[in-house]
Amino acid sequence: MTVWFVPRDAAALSVGADDVAAALETLGEQVVRTGSRGLLWLEPLVERADSRNGTRVGWGNVRASDLSESAPADTANNFLGVVEELDYLACQNRWIYERVGIIDPVDPDDYLSHGGMAGLQRALELSPASVIEQVTESGLRGRGGAGFPTGIKWQTVAEQAPVPHKGDPVDAARHKYICVNADEGDSGTFADRMLMEGDPFCLLEGMAIAAHAVGADRGMIYLRSEYPAAIAVMSEAIEKARDRGWLGQGILGSSCNFDVTIRVGAGSYVCGEETAMLESLEGRRGTVRAKPPLPAIEGLFGTPTVINNVLTIASVPSILARGAEAYAALGQERSRGTQVFQLAGNIARGGIVEVAFGISAHELIFGLGQGTKSGRPLKAVQVGGPLGAYLPADGLQVPMAYEALAAQGAMLGHGGLVVFDDAVDMSEQARFAMEFCVEESCGKCTPCRIGAVRGVEVIDELLASDAPETAEQLLRDLCDVMTQGSLCAMGGLTPQPVLSALDQFPEDFKRAAHRNADAVQGVVHE
Amino acid sequence: MESPIKTTEQMATLKGLIAPIADREPGPVLLCLQAAQAHYGYVPEGAVAVIAEVCNVTRADVHGVFSYYSDLKKTPPPAISVRLCAAEACQAVGGRALAAAWGEACAADANLATATGTDEPVFCLGNCALGPAALVNNQLIGNASVDTLKSAVEAAQNAAEASL
Repeated sequence: MTVWFVPRDAAALSVGADDVAAALETLGEQVVRTGSRGLLWLEPLVERADSRNGTRVGWGNVRASDLSESAPADTANNFLGVVEELDYLACQNRWIYERVGIIDPVDPDDYLSHGGMAGLQRALELSPASVIEQVTESGLRGRGGAGFPTGIKWQTVAEQAPVPHKGDPVDAARHKYICVNADEGDSGTFADRMLMEGDPFCLLEGMAIAAHAVGADRGMIYLRSEYPAAIAVMSEAIEKARDRGWLGQGILGSSCNFDVTIRVGAGSYVCGEETAMLESLEGRRGTVRAKPPLPAIEGLFGTPTVINNVLTIASVPSILARGAEAYAALGQERSRGTQVFQLAGNIARGGIVEVAFGISAHELIFGLGQGTKSGRPLKAVQVGGPLGAYLPADGLQVPMAYEALAAQGAMLGHGGLVVFDDAVDMSEQARFAMEFCVEESCGKCTPCRIGAVRGVEVIDELLASDAPETAEQLLRDLCDVMTQGSLCAMGGLTPQPVLSALDQFPEDFKRAAHRNADAVQGVVHE
Repeated sequence: MESPIKTTEQMATLKGLIAPIADREPGPVLLCLQAAQAHYGYVPEGAVAVIAEVCNVTRADVHGVFSYYSDLKKTPPPAISVRLCAAEACQAVGGRALAAAWGEACAADANLATATGTDEPVFCLGNCALGPAALVNNQLIGNASVDTLKSAVEAAQNAAEASL
């Protein structure tokens, strides 16, 4: 029997994958729904397994209307050949994403037969201290953006005694928590979503390993409401994991008790900041907490809490299974292992690229991504989400790694690269960065709450003025105050996109200033 | 607009809905608001007081949470919700122009405007390589255009009629 594979990933669904799967089934074909391989410009990407050796060949951009009479043929124009030999995939080094796009995400047997649970089994054979040692040795750092060493965070939580919920008169039991931050709000990032939709058991396995390592009994996934498909897949996976004994009492026959629940966000970007996330998980307004106390010591409901990004936790099973040394051998400086890069925006071949740290932005965008989707010249790339810097076209040789980017006044963030062509007006992007901060600031600290509002006003002044130097100086002062005085990265990093736009693309601000001044005076340009 | 939480029975309905949450979950206020919204389509007047009572917190506490989160609504939603992504990755592929064109399409077509109500932008739907992205009810749309949005709205309307 021929088996066909059609993604159920939200990106594939957004361009008709459900219709394609239905059309194949109408033809009497057997269809397995998978995650996406991450070659998003080819979605819906349909694959067929060779009945002899299981090798999978694929077709790109399949339309349901092409399948009214027969299944895709090897002679079709959109035939891709062996999927894993495509250059975009062949050059990748997949650790976190090793199963995504290959397996049925909610089939535990498929998970097991593709190496799933090997990491947790290995971890349960080790003492908690040895697991933490492995994570530390791997050099794994937080993939949410801050890049804090994961092993040190886990060690801190492991050293704390579990405590009862603060101020909870009903539940006197002592707890520690593993909280997964799946509030992936940065524009240009979708790796958390695709992992949760494509290999949810991997995240649960990583959480169980963390629980064993630090002695936590409870897990929570804070998942944003904008990801309904991910919520559905994760929820189904949790049910199935409980049925298998992968969660609950005595995981895999060990003495480890650990269960996971999902809490859904409510549309607040700043809740991706870890302390705001804790507030939201506790059912309150998602405002930022001052640190200390560190969440590792006093986190969710006052208990010692590991807070890690989805990709951080999902890295752990393969690190345990394949060895910390092999992971640490990848990358450069203190950026070890692999990073899941996300190519987004105006790019010809957008998608997921998991490779070792150190690849240049240029190689990612022009080598793999093949430049802009519009075919126009590239003007800027925003790296690391809405709080990340804009790099100019001639600044893309920088290696994608924590230290190298920091040296350029930029940051890796969650690994997203958003490409803009020459139609973009960078003064508009700078203004948007401030507007976004106005919209999403939690309001707790003044530099962010008031600063963002003033930021929009000052940029407007700058653009309308015929003597913009004063306004520019004011804007730079304001950015300094926001950077130095804000409580968290929301206000603290909003100046990054603003100042990088101003520094790298000053002509856009002048042009806009002239245009606006002319408009005031009634001058008409051709 | 008549709130569906006025009579004692109506209050009891909401209590029945949220009391199990408050009993089971630590920090239940946001969960209760979300449960109320899932049931009514929005958080009706009167719900805040009931949630405050069940969770044993002040109305001000509940109102503070309610007013903080942009997902939580004070009024019933439109028949079809259309949310265009307003974030950078979609801006890079004409998101602003699409939003303007969609606004014009709605202005020109009263039926469309009534069905979809006021469009609320959303910051990032996680479909950043296939932008502009939009969410029509719970259906994610990639490479969105006014035409694909219109057909998605139509499909959602047909689905709603079929389920009646």
